[in-house]
Amino acid sequence: MLGFLKRPIVLTTDINVNVVVLTGVGLLSRLWRLTYPRAVVFDEVYYGQYISFYMKRVFFLDDSGPPFGHMLLALGGYLGGFDGNFVWNRIGAEYSSNVPVWSLRLLPALAGAFSVPMAYQIVSELHFSHCAAMGAALLMLIENALITQSRLMLLESVLIFFNLLAVLSFLKFSNCQKHSPFCLSWWFWLALTGVSCSCAVGIKYMGVFTYLLVLSVAAVHAWHLIGDRTLSNVGAVSASACMAVSVCVFCHLLARAVALLVVPAVLYVLFFYVHLILLYRSGPHDQIMSSAFQASLEGGLSRITQGQPLEVAFGSQVTLKNVFGKPLPCWLHSHQNTYPMIYENGRGSSHQQQVTCYPFKDVNNWWIIKDPGRHQLVVSSPPRPVRHGDVVQLVHGMTTRFLNTHDVAAPLTPHSQEVSCYVDYNISMPAQNLWRLEIVNRESDTDVWKTILSEVRFVHVNTSAILKLSGAHLPDWGFRQLEVVGEKLPRGYHGSTAWNVEEHRYGQSQEQKERELELHSPTQVDFSRNLSFMARFSELQWRMLTLRSDDSEHKYSSTPLEWVTLDTNIAYWLHPRSSAQIHLLGNVVIWASGGLATAVYTLLFLWYLLRRRRQICDLPEDAWQRWVLAGAVCAGGWAVNYLPFFLMEKTLFLYHYLPALSFQILLLPVVLQHVNDHLCRSQLQRNLLSALVVAWCSSACHVSNALRPLTYGDKELSPDELKALRWKNSWDILIRKH
Amino acid sequence: MPPATGGGLTGSELRARRGRCGPQTARPASRDVAAEAAAPSPKRSAVSSQRLEAAGRWALLALVTLLSFATRFHRLEEPRHICWDETHFGKMGSYYINRTFFFDVHPPLGKMLIGLAGYLSGYDGTFLFQKPGDKYEHHSYMGMRGFCAFLGSWLIPFAYLTVLDLSKSLPAALLTAALLTFDTGCLTLSQYILLDPILMFFIMAAMLSMVKYNSCADRPFSAPWWFWLTLTGISLAGALGVKFVGLFIILQVGLNTISDLWHLLGDLSLSLVTVGKHLTARILCLIVLPLALYMATFAIHFMVLNKSGPGDGFFSSAFQSRLSGNNLHNASVPEHLAYGSVITVKNFRMAIGYLHSHRHLYPEGIGARQQQVTTYLHKDYNNLWIIKKHNTNSDPLDPSFPVEFVRHGDIIRLEHKETSRNLHSHYHEAPLTRKHYQVTGYGINGTGDSNDFWRIEVVNRKFGNRIKVLRSRIRFIHLVTGCVLGSSGKVLPRWGWEQLEVTCTPYLKETLNSIWNVEDHINPKLPNISLDVLQPSFPEILLESHMVMIRGNNGLKPKDNEFTSKPWHWPINYQGLRFSGINDTDFRVYLLGNPVVWWLNLLSIALYLLSGSVLAIAMQRGAQLPAEVEGLSQVLLRGGGQVLLGWMLHYFPFFLMGRILYFHHYFPAMLFSSMLTGILWDTLLRLCAWSVASSRLARSIHVVGVLSLLLGTAYSFYLFHPLAYGMVGPLAQDPQSPMAGLRWLESWDF
Repeated sequence: MLGFLKRPIVLTTDINVNVVVLTGVGLLSRLWRLTYPRAVVFDEVYYGQYISFYMKRVFFLDDSGPPFGHMLLALGGYLGGFDGNFVWNRIGAEYSSNVPVWSLRLLPALAGAFSVPMAYQIVSELHFSHCAAMGAALLMLIENALITQSRLMLLESVLIFFNLLAVLSFLKFSNCQKHSPFCLSWWFWLALTGVSCSCAVGIKYMGVFTYLLVLSVAAVHAWHLIGDRTLSNVGAVSASACMAVSVCVFCHLLARAVALLVVPAVLYVLFFYVHLILLYRSGPHDQIMSSAFQASLEGGLSRITQGQPLEVAFGSQVTLKNVFGKPLPCWLHSHQNTYPMIYENGRGSSHQQQVTCYPFKDVNNWWIIKDPGRHQLVVSSPPRPVRHGDVVQLVHGMTTRFLNTHDVAAPLTPHSQEVSCYVDYNISMPAQNLWRLEIVNRESDTDVWKTILSEVRFVHVNTSAILKLSGAHLPDWGFRQLEVVGEKLPRGYHGSTAWNVEEHRYGQSQEQKERELELHSPTQVDFSRNLSFMARFSELQWRMLTLRSDDSEHKYSSTPLEWVTLDTNIAYWLHPRSSAQIHLLGNVVIWASGGLATAVYTLLFLWYLLRRRRQICDLPEDAWQRWVLAGAVCAGGWAVNYLPFFLMEKTLFLYHYLPALSFQILLLPVVLQHVNDHLCRSQLQRNLLSALVVAWCSSACHVSNALRPLTYGDKELSPDELKALRWKNSWDILIRKH
Repeated sequence: MPPATGGGLTGSELRARRGRCGPQTARPASRDVAAEAAAPSPKRSAVSSQRLEAAGRWALLALVTLLSFATRFHRLEEPRHICWDETHFGKMGSYYINRTFFFDVHPPLGKMLIGLAGYLSGYDGTFLFQKPGDKYEHHSYMGMRGFCAFLGSWLIPFAYLTVLDLSKSLPAALLTAALLTFDTGCLTLSQYILLDPILMFFIMAAMLSMVKYNSCADRPFSAPWWFWLTLTGISLAGALGVKFVGLFIILQVGLNTISDLWHLLGDLSLSLVTVGKHLTARILCLIVLPLALYMATFAIHFMVLNKSGPGDGFFSSAFQSRLSGNNLHNASVPEHLAYGSVITVKNFRMAIGYLHSHRHLYPEGIGARQQQVTTYLHKDYNNLWIIKKHNTNSDPLDPSFPVEFVRHGDIIRLEHKETSRNLHSHYHEAPLTRKHYQVTGYGINGTGDSNDFWRIEVVNRKFGNRIKVLRSRIRFIHLVTGCVLGSSGKVLPRWGWEQLEVTCTPYLKETLNSIWNVEDHINPKLPNISLDVLQPSFPEILLESHMVMIRGNNGLKPKDNEFTSKPWHWPINYQGLRFSGINDTDFRVYLLGNPVVWWLNLLSIALYLLSGSVLAIAMQRGAQLPAEVEGLSQVLLRGGGQVLLGWMLHYFPFFLMGRILYFHHYFPAMLFSSMLTGILWDTLLRLCAWSVASSRLARSIHVVGVLSLLLGTAYSFYLFHPLAYGMVGPLAQDPQSPMAGLRWLESWDF
């Protein structure tokens, strides 16, 4: 116990100087003049606004990815003391002095810098030579596109960092597995794999691809583990030994399942938890969310709804918001104007008062819930709450007309019924203004109609049509408001048929004049309600996944096929006066040889595979295993991060290719070493290959250096020099006309 | 080196289909065990009993087939009006009979067969098939319905034989047949003029012949082997020729073939030459033959449909010149564009139309107040433009000037013939697409400014630098702003007469919206040539029709504010489709799966995954299983795995599709899922029976289990048959209705 008294305490550390040096040059290349240019560069204009929202604690919704990446950027701003006061509206705008550019750009730059030593480590962990590992790190270091992307407030470099970290820690873990399972470092690397996978997913949904890759390699390993007879033939004689072995295998599987499935899921939810904790104020994206969500934010809707009575009663005055809210969030509305007698296409209407859905707050959005059996429009005391299945009438507050529908075709959706506020013209068209109330979410909640929380449907008693937002914009006679119809053939639940009460007060005034005054006055009475985190999380997640932005054109958008050949670039920034400029532009030599290496790997792999099937082994077993694992990680990583883009419909940019590229860079030295070890038969060939590799490496360095002015944007170039850099016709390099 | 364990990526040998191939997985006993376990009578010494057994099998097959035909043809003539999509496919059948050209998003084979069936049964193609509910009256429609029902009836014998071959067990096959026969959904879908029975027929035929040729593997290159292999290829061509969903079965056959070849390659007793022969045979029968047949269907399609019809507008001008009755047919125009020619310019993207202008200005507040330029789908005098040199305004038609052809890269001016204004663009934003520039008509009598200059570029320069009528794809680049003339495809408001917006886009990417071609061409100074010379070749037509089909499919997007069917609704039978009738007085047919069958299928998939993974893990752990269990687990893992793969391939891709989806898309997958149910329950019951010691009890467990499943489905069919055969009377929401007790889910609206 007191061993330290007998023996001295010895600490031995190995320092891999390579790693230290690589980290150093990585940092140098990424951090050098980081604050230059002191202006908004390309997508900084996009991420910057979210950083400002975090600083001001204002809620926002971004469908491009989960919030972890945005939070990391915001952390930089927080540490740098950013107050969020900057208008992010124009690329090239100068930063004001309150923007801590250095600390905002620091995190992506660090992530980019650490990718360099990680490339070294990954190739080493794949059991390739130290030389190959240095090669991978060097390529990572001099790849111009990676440098550009990591020196700005952008998320790709952070994503690449976590992708590589996930792969590295998985490799470390599986190397631990061979000699000492369940040791401390085994646990550490396993847990780190799960954590970095969820971080990658938390930054961009693209991270899912690498996560799936790691999962499937882990699954294959686990399957071999199950079939590992060395674990089972210990003492096949005794049942208890057999049992113990099974338990051991089970523990292995359980540990993996927890670390690779449970931990990432929990962390992912945690990101959202922090996100929602941080952003508690209402902001510009409120409108997309449901009323309940909006009411949970400070300011905005909650300022209005705070203190409303909870249960809707007969005589309540309410505004009704459509739950689906597409194409626009809007409220059930009516106004004095009537439907035109004859539409442009010659069909007729009932000529009664228009009912629409209106995307702005308005006094005409108020409706009174009336009991068909009573005449009063006030809430009795005690209030009689409305329940699921009750029949109600809806009275428009300002015109006191009844919501009505009848067998007349709707103006724009002729297979549905027209909805109107009933005007008695004394022609044989009786009022049909009874609606049965259906509370859609009565199972999760109560069957009493609640403000904000209940989603209700109005089913017409006479025709069983359902009140619905059709999504069409009425023409000029309807003031371009949205059309509301009675759906005759509901095919199932859809959000466009559900409504919820947003503003609510108990009506007190008997007289119409008083009531109008009452409608104009704000609601009050004190009552607060909160939405649970899980409800808010699931709503936010759902909106993020279903939000569709329709803007599909961009000057610098490109297609996946153009990425491999580097036929495209993105101009990130141009100096306001001189010709200094920053481009996202890759190192042509690396991109071309990366593509070549992938092709060579695939062909060689297939060739070996087919020959092994015929029992011809070109490679020794361990070399083959290494070759397969390296391919699964590097070539597989490239494929999973690249091929899915062919199926995507969104606007794509060159920077979407960078994660795939980072895996391709790892593959290059692997293939080269393989050629050297197994395909070169004589020393002469090996020497020749080495010479070629040196030449190739120096050309890559040369290209990197030549493109450096466009990567850092720190040097003014003459038009002739710029023209000389335009190696491909499709590259868009900006040349000022004088 | 051990051959089996090498390589993490080579995959587990466990799912290997046949024991024969990998020496390490060879379990020669398995097949016999399974067969033995399946054979109903164990006495096989007597030849007569064997013969009797064979006769019994044939009789059973005949019974299954008969029952299937009886259910499908029962009340086939009801209802005597158009149901659901009959309005499309019946109409398209009529088009074949009338030989008018039309456009559809599916390949032509299915509709061609419907047309053929109608033609042979005496239907004359005169019925209009306007909308669901129209009465057929005296028109003969039974031929077409009968044909679909005929193909639909074969599904059940095919499934029966497939399962019999995979499991070697009669009860499993019987169970599958019962599930499909008594499924109201399959029944309904087979009884109308639709593509689905034809598609499913080919899918099941391909599956059956694939399974059959797999089981001929011990006699390669024998006559039955060739027969089944060829038949697989033919059925694949059929499936793809009906709908693109056929790609999924092609994928399945492809995967099966790859694993097959993989095992042959690993069999060292076969020489490489033999393996090469195997490979060639498969390439020939599974790639070359189906491709040839598929193209042949298109050749016939284009040959039969030679009259102009409703589909013309979807295709390019060059394509239309093939169709008799189209104004481009047999027309003659000058071949190359010259200065002074009067032309119409058509957008290359379908359903955009011709470049158009008219004497109306853009309204106040929308760009510059100049003359509108739009695209218009119909032929009109306002579509005519004169092509002029940018710098001279002399009349090029003056006979003293020599003819000068327009070439790639020339700077030109386009003058609108009716109003003499020039095509013009400038830095004002376009009316609807704010990022683009406005395009207007500007100038008086052809005199404008430098914003009227356009550079003409030919995209496909294989015809040389001149611009060829119909065939050259051209772009117009605005000289001053550098933008490209295009149509956004958006509909202008009423001030623009609801024609489509024309813009000048600063994004120079080549998209179809910014590519145009010259259609009409008038130039008296040039000799006319017949357009027949310009007719596209068959490969070009084939390619174009596929592009149009793909674009058509992508264009079928669901609407935001409508309830749409989602793939996850399907296996749980969430909601059906109304084939006919809405109100209580109508004759109503409702496409809905028999819930007992469907929920059993759903349960079976879960059970299969559970039992399959338990068995697979046990085998991977090297557990010593008794021979009988070993055999059963092989059936479950190989046969069941094959069918499960079919289900997954026919179901999961729908989750990725952006187009609008319907409930009936699930039915091919449902066939596979029913086969899985048959195999699973039979195997599970056998395993249960095996675990019981006493043999009599064991036998009775199996018999009782299978029988109760058979009777259960039959009874549920008795309950739900009105869905398929039609019902009149109150809706099921009404407690008075006889169907009221059967509305188990609120979402069913029959």
